Amino acid sequence: MEFALAVRVENEPGVLARVASLVSRRGFNIESLAVGPTEDASVSRITLVCKGDERDRERLRRQLEKLVEVLEAWHVPGESSVRRELALVRVRADPGRRAELLQVAGIFRSRVVHVDRSALVLETTGDPEKIQAWLEVLRDFGIEEVARTGIVALDRERRAVPQAEFESREEAAF
Amino acid sequence: MRANAAAQLLRCLEEEGVEVIFGYPGGAVLPIYDALVDAPIRHVLVRHEQGAVHAADGYARASGRVGVCLATSGPGATNLVTGLATAYMDSVPVVAITGQVARPLVGSDAFQEADVVGITRATTKHNYAVTRPAELPRVVHEAFHLARSGRPGPVLIDLPKDVTLADGPFPHPQAPPSRRGYRPRLEPDPAEVEAAAAALAGAQRPVVMVGGGIIHGGAAGELRRFLETTGFPAVSTLMGLGALPADDPRHLGLVGMHGTYAANRAVSQADLVLGLGLRFDDRVTGNASRFAPRARIVHVDIDPSEIGKNVRADVAVLGDLIRVLPRLLERLLAVWAASGRPDPAPWWEALRSWQAHQGWDLHTPMELGGEEGRPLRPQGVIQQVARVAGPEAIVATDVGQHQMWTALLFPFRRPRQLITSGGLGTMGYGLPAAIGAQMAEPERPVWLVTGDGSFQMNVQEMATAVNYGLPLRVVIVDNRSLGMVRQWQELFHQARYSAVMLEPLPDWVRLAEAYGWQGWKVERAAELEPALAALAEARGPALVDVVVDAQENVFPMVPAGAALDEVLLENPGGRSPRPAQASPRRAGVGQPAG
Repeated sequence: MEFALAVRVENEPGVLARVASLVSRRGFNIESLAVGPTEDASVSRITLVCKGDERDRERLRRQLEKLVEVLEAWHVPGESSVRRELALVRVRADPGRRAELLQVAGIFRSRVVHVDRSALVLETTGDPEKIQAWLEVLRDFGIEEVARTGIVALDRERRAVPQAEFESREEAAF
Repeated sequence: MRANAAAQLLRCLEEEGVEVIFGYPGGAVLPIYDALVDAPIRHVLVRHEQGAVHAADGYARASGRVGVCLATSGPGATNLVTGLATAYMDSVPVVAITGQVARPLVGSDAFQEADVVGITRATTKHNYAVTRPAELPRVVHEAFHLARSGRPGPVLIDLPKDVTLADGPFPHPQAPPSRRGYRPRLEPDPAEVEAAAAALAGAQRPVVMVGGGIIHGGAAGELRRFLETTGFPAVSTLMGLGALPADDPRHLGLVGMHGTYAANRAVSQADLVLGLGLRFDDRVTGNASRFAPRARIVHVDIDPSEIGKNVRADVAVLGDLIRVLPRLLERLLAVWAASGRPDPAPWWEALRSWQAHQGWDLHTPMELGGEEGRPLRPQGVIQQVARVAGPEAIVATDVGQHQMWTALLFPFRRPRQLITSGGLGTMGYGLPAAIGAQMAEPERPVWLVTGDGSFQMNVQEMATAVNYGLPLRVVIVDNRSLGMVRQWQELFHQARYSAVMLEPLPDWVRLAEAYGWQGWKVERAAELEPALAALAEARGPALVDVVVDAQENVFPMVPAGAALDEVLLENPGGRSPRPAQASPRRAGVGQPAG
C-alpha cells in the first residue's frame, strides 16, 4: 500500500541526500519525491511516497525524525489531505488531430504552454490518478516526453497533533 | 601559537574536555598537526587510521567520555569508515575529524579527495562539511553534544584544508547548542510509565532484558535497585554485560545466539519481557517472529525509532533509563500494594531448573585439557585468564569464538568492564580498542582476549602500544583458523571447510619481540599459569599465544533463524563444553519448548 509522508527539514545543503539515502538504506523504494520551500524560509518540505504497511510507515517516519535536520515527519492520509502533482507533456500534434487534442486538453483542464508545427507542450495539475488517466488518453496521440513533479500533499485541516503538549514533555535543553 | 582555524579547532576540543586524540597525519590535515605542536592536547599516533577510530571508540566505552580521532582526507578518512560503523552500531560517542581537499578543489577528483560526508552518512549519527571558518566553533560544539547526548553515537566533521588555514574571527557558540530537529526525550511520559507498571504488575513470569543502554545511560545503579526490589530475573545482551554483576543471583546470563540455556528459556517462556535499552537485534532474538511468543513486551528506550523496529512492543516507554527506572519501580510498587503481586516462586523454580539443565555456568570450572598430548580447551583457558586478570581489569575482545567464550565465562561485574564490538562484529577491533581503553584508564590493567584471525587485522597497532608504553595484556586464543566461521561450516554447511585455515601464521612470540613486546607461547596446561602470571606482571605490552583445540565449538548455540528455545547445547556428535568434573550430559539437540 502506498503512503505519503510529509517531512519538514532544515533548508540546508545535503539534507535531501540524507533523507533519500536513509529511505533506501532502510529498504524502501521512493515512489515519488517532491521538495520545495515553505512559508518559513529556513524550512523545506519534502513529500515522500513509499510502499508498505502501517508498521513500515511508522518505522520509516521514526527513522526520518531521527535525522538531526528533520524537524518533523508525519503521515498524510489520502482521505484527509489534498494531493496534487504537476505534469508537463510534449505530445505530437499532427494537423489532422490537433483540434481533437485541444479538446482532450480542455476536458482535463490542461493548459497549452508551447506550440510548434509538430507538437504541443501541455501542462496539467491533479491528483496522481487524474494525471495517470490524462497520460493514458494522450498516449493515443503520441507522447514524446513527460516530466512530472512528484506528489505534494497538504492536510485539509490543521493537524490534530497537539504540538505544544508534545514539546512540553521534552527537555528544553535536551 | 597560530591564530588560524586549525588552532581554533584545538581550542574548541579543549573546551569540550578532550585530553587525547588518536590520529594519523597527511596532507589535508597538515595545518591541524602544525597547531598540535603548541596545543596541550595529547596526540596518539596510531599506525593505521582504523586503529585511530577503534582507539577513540575503546576510549569512549571505557570512560564514558567522547573519544576523538583525526585522519587526513581520502584514504585516511575512508579508513575510518569501519570504525565509525562499529561505533554507530553500539551507540558509542566518537567525534571523528577528517581533512578534506581545499574548497576550490572539492568535486574535482583532486588528489586524496573522497566524498567522506557522503560515504559516512549511513555510519554516523550526524556529519558536517565545514564550508565557512566562522562556523567551526559552533559545529564542534554541536558535534560533541550530538555524540554524547540522547542515544550516543559517532559524529564526523570534514574540514577542507583551506578552511583550517583561514583566520578568524571565530564567534563563540551558544551553550548548550540548540537544534530544533534534535530533542531527545529524556523525561518519560507518566502515562507510558503507568502502562508499563500495569503490565509488569500482573506478570507471573517476568524477565528483564538488560541492554547496552543501561551502561550508556549510567543507569546500572537504578537497574540494581529495580531488580533488588522487584526480585525479577534478568538476562543481558552482549552490550549489556557488566550492567549487572555476573554473580547476582537474579542474573541468568547472556541471552541470544550464544546465550545461556536459562536466559533463552526464560525469554521464551516469559509472560512479560521488559527490554531496557536494547534494540532486539537478531543475534538477541533469534527468529524474531517467534521471539518471546508468550510475552507482552515492554520496551524502554531513548530512541523512538527502536520501538517496534525489530519486535512488536506492546507497551513503549520513551526516555532516559536513569529517569524511567525509579519511576517505573515506584508505580509498580504502588500497583502491587493496591492489588497484590503474583507469587514469584513457581517461576523461579522453573528458572533454577533451566540453570541446572545446562550443566555448567561461568562459575563452573571448565575442563582445561592440555595434558597427556590432548590440546588445551579454550573455555578453561578463558576462565584461567579471568582469574588472573581479576575484577579490576578492563577486558577487550575481538570478534569470533573467543569473544563468545569471554562473554559466557568472564565474570563481568561492572559497567564499562567489557569492550567489544557487538552490533557490527568488527574483527581487528580489539587491539586498538584496548589501546584506547588503556589511555582512558591508565590505572587499570587492560586485557585483550583475541583470536589469531582478529589480531592480525590491526596487528600494526602493536607499535602504538610500545610507542606510548601501554602495558596491554594480550591473550591470543590460537586455533590457527577462523573458528566461528569454521563452526558454522561444520554445523550448517556439512563440514565443507572453505577458506578458514589461517596457516601459515606468524610466530607470535617472535612477532612480539620484533615489535618490542614480550611474548610467551603456551601449549600445555602446566605452562598456562606461569605464562599468565608473567603476562600480568609484564612492564610493557605483552602477549601469550595459547594454542588451543581447533575443533572446539561455542555452545550453547541457537542456529540463525531458529527460535531462542531451539538451542544446541553441544555438537550433534557429542563434543561439548565440559565442566572439569564431567557429568553425564542430559541435554541433547533441540530442546523442545514447553
